[in-house]
Amino acid sequence: MTETSTLDTILHVLLIVAQSLGLLVGLLIIVAYVLLADRKIWAAVQLRRGPNVVGPFGLFQSFADLIKFVLKEPVIPDGSNKGLFLLAPFITCLLALAAWAVMPVSAGWVVADINVGVLFIFAISSLSVYGVIMGGWASNSKYPFLSALRAAAQMVSYEVSIGFVIVTVLMCAGSLNLSAIVEAQDKPLGLFGWYWLPLFPMFVIFFISALAETNRPPFDLGEAESELVAGFMVEYGSTPYMMFMLGEYVAIMTMCALTTILFLGGWLPPFPIAPFTWVPGIIWFLLKVLLVFFGFAMAKAIVPRYRYDQLMRLGWKVFLPISLVMVVLVASVLHFTGLAPGAGG
Amino acid sequence: MTMAALFFYLFAGVAVASAFMVIASRNPVHSVLFLILTFVNAAGLFILIGAEYIAMLLVVVYVGAVAVLFLFVVMMLDVDFVELRQGFLQYLPVGALVGFIFLAELVLAFSSWTFGAGVTGAVANARPAVSNTVQIGRVLYTDYLYFFQAAGLVLLVAMIGAIVLTLRHKENVKRQSIAAQNARTKAMAIDIVKVPSGKGL
Repeated sequence: MTETSTLDTILHVLLIVAQSLGLLVGLLIIVAYVLLADRKIWAAVQLRRGPNVVGPFGLFQSFADLIKFVLKEPVIPDGSNKGLFLLAPFITCLLALAAWAVMPVSAGWVVADINVGVLFIFAISSLSVYGVIMGGWASNSKYPFLSALRAAAQMVSYEVSIGFVIVTVLMCAGSLNLSAIVEAQDKPLGLFGWYWLPLFPMFVIFFISALAETNRPPFDLGEAESELVAGFMVEYGSTPYMMFMLGEYVAIMTMCALTTILFLGGWLPPFPIAPFTWVPGIIWFLLKVLLVFFGFAMAKAIVPRYRYDQLMRLGWKVFLPISLVMVVLVASVLHFTGLAPGAGG
Repeated sequence: MTMAALFFYLFAGVAVASAFMVIASRNPVHSVLFLILTFVNAAGLFILIGAEYIAMLLVVVYVGAVAVLFLFVVMMLDVDFVELRQGFLQYLPVGALVGFIFLAELVLAFSSWTFGAGVTGAVANARPAVSNTVQIGRVLYTDYLYFFQAAGLVLLVAMIGAIVLTLRHKENVKRQSIAAQNARTKAMAIDIVKVPSGKGL
């Protein structure tokens, strides 16, 4: 290898590191405020004020929480499996953040533009079940273990319907690359050309499955307080607990971003005409992600929690058949109307 | 090229080490977790040879679903594994025999392995312009349709078998009829009564 190409490699690596760091810092700041927004929306629905003491309107609440968690003493239960107990929150956090490596936040703004972007996110989200199982098992306590089994079964079940929803979108877009999926939605119709309209049933199924996949209310059976205290996190405190929470909220943001990319046209403006196209793509992307998150927060605030058997029935007996039929239906329509896209890559 | 070699040795080394730990670790849950680590590293090796679709499927199917069920079963087993190990020497001859036969078969199979004509050309073209997802999609439902259907049939039979084995209709278990629950109306469910004060119902 010559000297210049070595230098190029080093520069390339440095560039990727810088991009990743920038993405991470931006993501974590957004997550801090999304957490606050979640609590504020929840409070507003219940006619409370929510966190309003730290900083103006409670804007620094998340950072105060961060400092509190980090300064507390981590307690490791005596009978626990210490290595796995500490590894579980790291895995949750790491996997949640790793999914953002392939997320295109604007045209060309992506750290790793890989061909199998959707599958990568799907694989990462199917791995995230291990953080839950390991945390629940390593705690060596009954409630966390029960909760881990519940949450894991729930996540595995809803992954099936999420997979089929993704398949229908892929058939319409003709690519597994997330940027290509967004570009496939770029039509003169603007927001009526995005996939939420032609694939509306799948959009609804995806949104509900995303709630279940991230263990959000009304599907937070893993930590149903009345039954299982705090779920698989019962034995956790201080920094490990914070990492679980961080992982959870980053996973929620991932699901919101994935909904945006698959169904709401990613960074595309709602109408492809002058005043809308002046706004940079990342603003549109963020606005859409926050809109989906507002849906998540409202669902948490207004929908009562499902019973476990109802949850499983919804996943296996309602969503799975509907999404299977939709896959066949969409494939047939695309094939027989000649609308199927050419194999782009 | 050096980067790829570096990553190859990293993935391969961790895969071999964790595969060894699967059988070496005392705690069965640790064994399963090492198995999962082996799968993930195998996926990394697939990515290095440009088979990113297979790599992702390996993670989604084996790590994300099959190994989770594995882990469930192992966690719920209340078996004293120290006790199980006590008959180790007793089973050693049989185990060694099985291992030897398997090794001999592998050696025989690989020593008589010949590459067909044209295969070397396909290997050289490992990174073509068309992504391998598209390539698999093109041949899976056309050239290999019958194999695909046969594989699906095998899985269907396995699924039906599993359901038949585990399905028990107990007599005295209360079951819910979701249709009946959903069919309830306000008129059927609540009875609004105007109670005159001082009289009660």
